[in-house]
Amino acid sequence: MFKIILTLAFAAVAHGQLAVKADLLFTMTGDLKPIKNGIVLCGENGKIRAVGPASKIKIPAGYQTLTAKVVMPGIIDAHSTVGLSGILNSPKHDQEQLEKSSPMQPELRAVDAYNGRDPLVKWLRDLGVTTVHTGHAPGTLMSGQLMVVKTNVPSITSVKDTLVPTSAVASTLGSKALSKSPGTRSKAIAMLRAELMKGQSHRLKMEEAKADKEKDAPAPNLRLDVLVDILNKKTPLLINAQRHQDIAAALRLQEEFGFDLILDGAAEAYLLLEEIKAAGVPVIVHPTMGRPYGDLENMTFTLAAKLHKANIPFAFQSGYETYVPKTRVVHFEAAMAAAYGLPQEVALAACTIQPAEILGLDKKIGSLEKGKHADLALFDGDPLETTTHTTHVIIDGEVVSSSAK
Amino acid sequence: MRSRKLIAIAMAPFLLLPFFFSSAQESRKSEVKVLAYTNATIYPVSSPKIEKGTLLIKGDTILAVGTSEGVKIPAEAKVIDATGKTIIPGLICTHSHIGSVAGADSSSPIQPEVRVFDSIDVRNTSINKARAGGITTANLMSGSGHLLSGQTIYLKLRKGNIVDDLTIKLADGSLAYGVKMANGTNSIRDSGPFPGTRGKSAALVRQKFMDAQAYLKKRKKHQEEKPEEAFERDLALETLADILEGKRTVHHHTHRHDDILTVLRLKEEFGFKVVLHHVSEAWKVADEIAEADVPCSIIFLDSPGGKLEARDFEWKNGAELSKRGVVTAFHTDDPINDSRWFLRNAAVGVRAGMSRQKALEGLTLAGAKMLDLDDSIGSLDQGKQADFVMLSGDPFSIYTRVLETHIEGEKVFDLANPTDRLFAEGGYGAGHNREASGCCFYR
Repeated sequence: MFKIILTLAFAAVAHGQLAVKADLLFTMTGDLKPIKNGIVLCGENGKIRAVGPASKIKIPAGYQTLTAKVVMPGIIDAHSTVGLSGILNSPKHDQEQLEKSSPMQPELRAVDAYNGRDPLVKWLRDLGVTTVHTGHAPGTLMSGQLMVVKTNVPSITSVKDTLVPTSAVASTLGSKALSKSPGTRSKAIAMLRAELMKGQSHRLKMEEAKADKEKDAPAPNLRLDVLVDILNKKTPLLINAQRHQDIAAALRLQEEFGFDLILDGAAEAYLLLEEIKAAGVPVIVHPTMGRPYGDLENMTFTLAAKLHKANIPFAFQSGYETYVPKTRVVHFEAAMAAAYGLPQEVALAACTIQPAEILGLDKKIGSLEKGKHADLALFDGDPLETTTHTTHVIIDGEVVSSSAK
Repeated sequence: MRSRKLIAIAMAPFLLLPFFFSSAQESRKSEVKVLAYTNATIYPVSSPKIEKGTLLIKGDTILAVGTSEGVKIPAEAKVIDATGKTIIPGLICTHSHIGSVAGADSSSPIQPEVRVFDSIDVRNTSINKARAGGITTANLMSGSGHLLSGQTIYLKLRKGNIVDDLTIKLADGSLAYGVKMANGTNSIRDSGPFPGTRGKSAALVRQKFMDAQAYLKKRKKHQEEKPEEAFERDLALETLADILEGKRTVHHHTHRHDDILTVLRLKEEFGFKVVLHHVSEAWKVADEIAEADVPCSIIFLDSPGGKLEARDFEWKNGAELSKRGVVTAFHTDDPINDSRWFLRNAAVGVRAGMSRQKALEGLTLAGAKMLDLDDSIGSLDQGKQADFVMLSGDPFSIYTRVLETHIEGEKVFDLANPTDRLFAEGGYGAGHNREASGCCFYR
């Protein structure tokens, strides 16, 4: 009973009408520099009502006030498997991230596999992560779809519970995608090309049927329909490629088929900066603290700094872990990149506004601006310092965590 | 050392390089350098932090540590101005799998006769990377897939040519090492001779130690009654006998609270020296661990889970244990956590309530105690080995970089050196398990 009363009391003050005061307020707009003594007003509709220096913003009567040393937009994890790859790492129980029955299954939806109640989702939320781009893991040629969801969503009762139900199809090149077949890199690319060509034929039949009423439309096909969405740039293909030859192969595929490409991992991207820049492709870099083995053996902690210098858009990810830790924490990965040459505010942007832009959600989330979602993370120090605690987390104007983790 | 000289002489007619190598090392040994690092922020760990301090070393030993006023610099000393730099003792990793270390095979769950010493590849780049992380001493161990997977090896990460160049000799002339044991799910397998349950795991271990007790008795009796006759030695039981006699420490992988208590019972029953490793659920039985007066080498992970027994892992383990007076150290478990981020473990400890002092001890002195090497390493004190790390700033800041690592007065990592930098930051060629290009052979 006592617990219920507490919950009700908490809920009563948590909904909207919240003022957040910060010694340093990173809005992640303009030159990315923080405002000293800033305020964010969260309106009743879960959107930001006002943001700016304390001298210019009056806190309306009846607003609850939270204060923190540093406040920034809710953190966005640009690529995760959380909610599918559960805490127990127990196959058939909480491991939904990789279906190995066939190397190409772009029709598998993330919404049908996501468990928002997995403790790892809460773990990330308590640390300040408010949005995750999550779904099927790297590991096969096309493992399935990804979605964008906020970390306060416990169940996907409708695709409307997500920000984007199908945000990308996950593809993997390189040794992680090799098994009996494809058993070689050449075979892998041949299989992908053949599959995309099937998509092209399907699209052609659809277009012909549209133009000529005499012709029947092709029968709906779960897989081919997804491939057509990729070819029509409705759904990006997120290709995990670590070795330089695999990155180059991804760029060739993109040139041949003209889909929207997001490069994922890209451990050796520092060897192909000009080519990636010329292709206009964004990069979701591998976790800075990824393990330097296999295709990652030549990874460098300076990759993010190098991409920044080359003016290539990039974001950080927690990635996919097969063992311990079962999930990484995206801003810890950003922090390590900041230790290796990336400016602090750019590191913060690469886990807020940058992933929002890459995912096409920058009108809604990723920065603190009037009218955008009131998703905020509050800290008692530099968010990138290991010793700093996340004091409060706010999603849609509601306090979802005050665990001071 | 001796065998290396022989090889050098034998090869000299064919290839002069090894000869130069050998003689260069000889000359380095003969000239005893005195170095004074001045104006540094120094954390001796055994005593409070010194602002504008001086670290004075002679050859491989620390001559003095103190304030610039307190330490007299001899005339022959080379003075190195370390203004703005921070100096801490060389880091000690009590649990690492660098150097392509391997132990027991899949033939049985208990293999005390196996030495990981016989598997180490000193050219494996993981060792270079550990130096880049400031690690000067490491306990290299085999895995946790066995109840007992072999003898570990304590190594100083000196720049050596063969593994013997990295070993630590004890007073009796033997090598410094411990024994790796494990319980919980990792050592449980689907088929025999491996255990299928926790009860069976404990029974197998207890029987083996009872065998060792009987063996010890038999050996003692033989020595008393027939000292002139050779005793038929059993390689596996000799190792267990060493444990029973307190000559070797058991390094015990254990996660869950009940598994931790099983180790404490074994320790009680057989009276061996043990260090608990990982201890994901230590916070649940911190009082019991403190009561048993057993040191803990703990792991930090960025999230719990990944396996059932790490589900309840908490960051507060370090705080809960050190608060109760338990000797608490960190480890990398490299490749679980990369050796280059060892300092970060202490920062997570502080985040979750550990004192800065205890966290620093956890990287240095506490580890030295667990390896019984705290007489010679683990803190910056007069007479101890000159193992130290020069940092760019506060040891707990993410922005701090390891600038130099020194072992016994010799610089083994220098961020300013391009090859060393490749190991520190990664990049093309950093992962190849061979000496990186640009090294001595290509000069």
